[in-house]
Amino acid sequence: MSRLTFFIAEALRAMRRNAAPSVAAIVTIIVTTLLLGVLVPVLWASASKNSEVRNQIEQRVFLYEDASKSEITSLQHRLRQLPHVTAVQYVDKKQALKILRTRVKGDLKNSISQLKNNPLPRSFNVKVDDANNLEAVRQEIVPPGSAGQPKPISPIIQEVTDSRQQAATIRRVTSAVEIVLGVIAALLLLASLLLVANTIRLSIYARRREVEVMRLVGATNWFIRWPFVLEGLIVGLIGAGVAVGILWLGKVTIADPLSANLDLVANLQTMGFAPLVAILAGAAMAVSALGSGVTLRRFLRI
Amino acid sequence: MRRGREVAPRPGGVRPAGIAPPVIELRELTQVYPGGHVGLDRLTLEVQRGEFAFVVGPTGCGKSTLIKLLIGEVTPASGHVLIAGRDIQKIGAKKLPMLRRRIGTVFQDFKLLPNRTVYDNVAYALQVTGGTRSEIRRKVPEILRLVGLQTKIHNYPDELSGGEQQRVSIARAFVNHPPLLLADEPTGNLDPETSIGIMQLLYRINRTGTTVLVVTHDREMVDKMRRRVIALEAGRLVRDEHGGGYHDESTREFAARMRAEMGLEEARRLDELDR
Repeated sequence: MSRLTFFIAEALRAMRRNAAPSVAAIVTIIVTTLLLGVLVPVLWASASKNSEVRNQIEQRVFLYEDASKSEITSLQHRLRQLPHVTAVQYVDKKQALKILRTRVKGDLKNSISQLKNNPLPRSFNVKVDDANNLEAVRQEIVPPGSAGQPKPISPIIQEVTDSRQQAATIRRVTSAVEIVLGVIAALLLLASLLLVANTIRLSIYARRREVEVMRLVGATNWFIRWPFVLEGLIVGLIGAGVAVGILWLGKVTIADPLSANLDLVANLQTMGFAPLVAILAGAAMAVSALGSGVTLRRFLRI
Repeated sequence: MRRGREVAPRPGGVRPAGIAPPVIELRELTQVYPGGHVGLDRLTLEVQRGEFAFVVGPTGCGKSTLIKLLIGEVTPASGHVLIAGRDIQKIGAKKLPMLRRRIGTVFQDFKLLPNRTVYDNVAYALQVTGGTRSEIRRKVPEILRLVGLQTKIHNYPDELSGGEQQRVSIARAFVNHPPLLLADEPTGNLDPETSIGIMQLLYRINRTGTTVLVVTHDREMVDKMRRRVIALEAGRLVRDEHGGGYHDESTREFAARMRAEMGLEEARRLDELDR
């Protein structure tokens, strides 16, 4: 116990004497942790959006307004017989409006009820056995015609959703965001690692007399190392603590009101605050421990 | 622990039971620096328990290298260093700190921590070797009394004279009562009168049974001490004299004789008149 207080006292004494580099390292860790605190939920959300798109293994076939009942039944029959199609569900105008009502909230819901007539088209939900066969089914419904233009199998087909394109667009945008943020985060992680390493190195230099005396009187290697390791961990802990505080403030003042008012934000599937804090604290501690470890190995010859 | 170490048979040699191995034993010890400069050249010698020995020689003759080899700071190019019968190269990096706890070291530049008081400087040696708080409270004032600094325990090193600073460093080296005390030019920065005081203190420590090895270039002082003198030149042993028989004198007699021999008696009296 008295040993632990000795180590902590030595680490704090070193930090006081070594204030400028310690502050630099703390600030970098704050910035890094903040960025990670934004990045991790965004990546999480985009990953869940991606899997949502991937799981949507159905094609929607929209029909023209003037389609007759017999035309619709014959098309339904033809669709059922296509390969890879497991089910074909008919959605009439009333049902389409009902589905739309369940998907929207608030003001939008009110404006729907103010509509004079139903603008939604009739459609078929064509379930496909596997996401990889979506495109094949689409090709069957809208085969490319002789002139190169797509020619649907029935004149009543207005449009077939292109889920492949949708997925690709989402994937393209999110992966670009992911890469940019990921590169920035990696650079910041590296910078904070090096700054912690540098802080410890300066601390070792500032305390070289102490280290020399400790070696002379026979302090064990880990007894000499512990104050420096603790110093790195304290730097990491302070940085992570401040960053989590700022993130929490941001959540309370920006993210929470936004998600209360905007469906877009509220609908995003993301992680809770507690696991996020755990991840960030873990990352900050790992970075600082690694930083001091690297330096101790290189500069503290015992 | 201590006893076990001291009666341990030395490797490769058979020793009659009951006789302790020499505190220091060097066998064909050679140290070569990068660039080919020879620090030590096949040095072989023994220092017995309770001895007070000097190592002398011109600058660059390998004296300081010897100290570094004795505390395992550097490893020899060839040959062996045995401390109390144990080859320190075979001790391993993990147990080396334990060896250093059994060897006190004193240097010309004192190596005190400038931002700690006299008390804290000595206490530090106990703290970092796992001393308990009560142990520190008991041992530190005791050792500071022994070196004559009981009135300066709360002073910082820069408030002390050179001689006083060296006493603090001796107190720190001896607070654990190690069986071997090494001193590298302990009087190098001090005037002759202060030097005699430091030598007197080292002699007092020697009288408690501790083996003391002093490295110095001050041949005049050494010749007057009449103790064993090991002279090195270019890394070789050129002289090893077991000096003339004053081993039973008290520390007071020792200091008086030293002063007389160095012609300082007069100076000291004048000094006392000034106070």
